[in-house]
Amino acid sequence: MNSTNTQYSLIVEARGLAKAFGVRQALKGIDFDIRQGECFGFLGPNGAGKTTTIQIILGLVEKSAGELLVFGQRVPDHLKSIKVQVGVVPQHDNLDTDLTVFENLLTYASYYQLPRHEAAVRATELLKFFALDNRRRDYIRQLSGGQRRRLLLARAMMHRPQLLILDEPTVGLDPQARHLIWQRLKSLREQGVTMMLTSHYMDEVARLSDRILVMDQGQVVAQGEPKQMVSDLVGLDVFEVVCTDDECLLLEVVAADCHARTERTPDGLYIYTSKDCAELDRAIRPCSQWLRRPANLEDLFIQLTGRTLHES
Amino acid sequence: MSQATGITVLNVLRVVQRNARVWWKYKVPSLVGNLGQPLLFLVAFGFGLGQQIDTIAGLTYLQFIAPGLSASAVMYSAAFEATYGSYTRLSTQSTFEGILMTPITVEELALGEVLWGALKGLLSGLIMIVVMPFFGLWPSLWVICLPLLLFVAGILFAALGLIMTALATNYDFFNYFVSLIITPLFLFSGIFFAIENLPTPTQAVLRFVPLAPVVDLARMFCYGTMQPGWPVQVGTIVLLAAAASWLAAILLRRRLIK
Repeated sequence: MNSTNTQYSLIVEARGLAKAFGVRQALKGIDFDIRQGECFGFLGPNGAGKTTTIQIILGLVEKSAGELLVFGQRVPDHLKSIKVQVGVVPQHDNLDTDLTVFENLLTYASYYQLPRHEAAVRATELLKFFALDNRRRDYIRQLSGGQRRRLLLARAMMHRPQLLILDEPTVGLDPQARHLIWQRLKSLREQGVTMMLTSHYMDEVARLSDRILVMDQGQVVAQGEPKQMVSDLVGLDVFEVVCTDDECLLLEVVAADCHARTERTPDGLYIYTSKDCAELDRAIRPCSQWLRRPANLEDLFIQLTGRTLHES
Repeated sequence: MSQATGITVLNVLRVVQRNARVWWKYKVPSLVGNLGQPLLFLVAFGFGLGQQIDTIAGLTYLQFIAPGLSASAVMYSAAFEATYGSYTRLSTQSTFEGILMTPITVEELALGEVLWGALKGLLSGLIMIVVMPFFGLWPSLWVICLPLLLFVAGILFAALGLIMTALATNYDFFNYFVSLIITPLFLFSGIFFAIENLPTPTQAVLRFVPLAPVVDLARMFCYGTMQPGWPVQVGTIVLLAAAASWLAAILLRRRLIK
């Protein structure tokens, strides 16, 4: 990795980034890079430090320690020139409820000093792109959750940012609304927009991200390419088996012979395999209920951050 | 432009513009709300009570209270906008949060809010001046300088309001501000009676509170009765306005950036 800078330019570089709120250590010194043109996924349970990381990038939270460069410029010294090139879709909707859909976009563009005429053209274009062109005169309260999210996206894109930060972009939306947003995000990626995405929807991250970073309790627990990480850390296939204690015990022995990892749950067993194993297939068959599926990001996530709830 | 600490005037104006855009939609109820009270006082006290009162410092009672009511209209409009208005944008509407995700800094946001409050105050004060002839009150030429004074007073009271907003945990907090600061200022700043009539120690205290010199100057500018020392009074208000704005920006940063 000694020639990284010649292969791609880095949009974000964080080294030992830390933040303490009083005694609570929200970030305990994390390192990561976001490369130009990629979608970088931040995964982690609630309270892992994802939003804090974003807020430090935006200057809304001051880091306690570490180095952060965005577009090669130091945060917080160069926040103004950094933020001109960053678009944000926040986790909590902060659209301007006093203004209509169209006025929201125009007003937001004015904060970036976009000329009014250019902003109007851009707003019309983005409302069409995000399927909101029939709502331009509506007030925010008249919009559905999905429409608000799309408007937040349109707002974030008004000034053609080079880096788009998406904090839980589809949280609380129905499947149709989520798919529409994913489609649009993919198309933005194809246009070369660098993205930083946080989510705890694994399917969302798997769909959109080139590389991911898994955080837990303020620390990075793993990072890399999602498919590679799943096969390296979880395996090939996962068996979810409902079994009695005796059945489970037997399966654990067979799994060990097949070099498969197991994990007990209250009503059964998870078996993570890295290659096919005929003995295991045979041993599982008598169990009342079982399922074989490819290993996925959710398995990785649970493996890295644990199955129990640990909100801080 | 590249420094986080630098303040860009255009960014400050964008915040003002945002508020002006919203205000324009609700201009009629907003103006009625801001002007109803001072106009009613002018009628009730100026015409009503004024019949029973001799001249004060050579002015009829109506003449005496009109400039001060204009100053108090500025205070009320500016202070209310920067408390109830700004606090709504800070808390329930998350408007500030949205703005701070853009290149606009907390300091620019704070100054924008103060400037906006001052402009609303100025507008209320000006309308009071404009209606004076309808009450048979004719100002002197000095009145041309009055808007500038009212604007600076607007900055001062909007900044005081924004300081409260930066400290507030809920709307009830502003009861302190209104009951302990704004209402006493309204009653004891020499709008309704000449401060000179009071015992000397009381006078000294009242001269120190920020509305009294504004009322005094408004009366001078209205009738051209300039008294020695007026530039010092103007300077005091300008300094107070600048100091309050600076403190408001600092406190707002403390409130919004963790």
